[in-house]
Amino acid sequence: MIVQALAFYLFAAVTVAAGFMVIAARNPVHSVLFLILAFFNAAGLFVLLGAEFLAMILVIVYVGAVAVLFLFVVMMLDINFAELREGFLNYLPIGLVIGGILLVELFLVLGAWAIAPEAAKFASTPTPPVEQIANTHAIGQVLYTKYMFAFQVSGLILLVAMIGAIVLTLRVREGVRKQRISVQVSRTREEAVALRKVEPRQGV
Amino acid sequence: MQALLAEYLPILLFLGIAVGLALVMILVSIIAAKQRPEAEKLSPYECGFEPFDDSRKQFDVRFYLVAILFIIFDLEVAFLFPWAVTLGEIGVVGFWSMMVFLGVLTVGFIYEWKKGALEWE
Repeated sequence: MIVQALAFYLFAAVTVAAGFMVIAARNPVHSVLFLILAFFNAAGLFVLLGAEFLAMILVIVYVGAVAVLFLFVVMMLDINFAELREGFLNYLPIGLVIGGILLVELFLVLGAWAIAPEAAKFASTPTPPVEQIANTHAIGQVLYTKYMFAFQVSGLILLVAMIGAIVLTLRVREGVRKQRISVQVSRTREEAVALRKVEPRQGV
Repeated sequence: MQALLAEYLPILLFLGIAVGLALVMILVSIIAAKQRPEAEKLSPYECGFEPFDDSRKQFDVRFYLVAILFIIFDLEVAFLFPWAVTLGEIGVVGFWSMMVFLGVLTVGFIYEWKKGALEWE
């Protein structure tokens, strides 16, 4: 129990610290690396909650793929970040005011928020206890039947993302010579080789 | 819950040892070694040039396309895991639900294949 509490505070502290470093790091590539650290620690927090499947998906999808995309974006934007930061001090006061207002609003909302003790009873799909049914199993039992609509919509969203990415970024270059193996293999001797009778001192 | 977390204890220990070992290596070298900082020590030496410009350069947007297509199929596979675990319980409806999902993504796959998005040059 004490190990669990220690692990929670460790993961939570590192997540918050890494999240802070994402916005504080000078080099945007370092920001992305700190973001990856935050993802890993969030995965640790998921494991502590008993949500193994979500933890592993977080590592596979977010660390393995989304963070790489972020790195690509950072690489592709041709922005001089030193120049961007020049106006930082000028905008600091208004930024602090907006941030402070948001913080106060968060406290007001969360301070007045109380979850009714019997709310868990009315959940349409209560989480089964981890001892009986593993997390992956519990998701699989409802995702494909009870929440079929959301599942199919996510499939359509993925399709739209795929087509959108292709439409936006695919450029077919003209004049690129590709290797077509079928054409190579189907060449016959007659069209590839010709015998010529060459007279002496004449050349071809 | 406790039994589940107990299975993860070796990973936690491993993490602790990895972080601890890394810290020990860095700290001992800071404490034990003689420190004489010098700007020339950090510069490229012997056969290296000073870098001419920023190491971050714009590169071809097609890398991005490949990464996005990878993520989409990554997510598709992620949906398959809980489905495979519970296939015996969710019955015919669950089976065909996944088949429709895979069919929709196969339409996208055929589209990108025919468009030539999977080819490099």
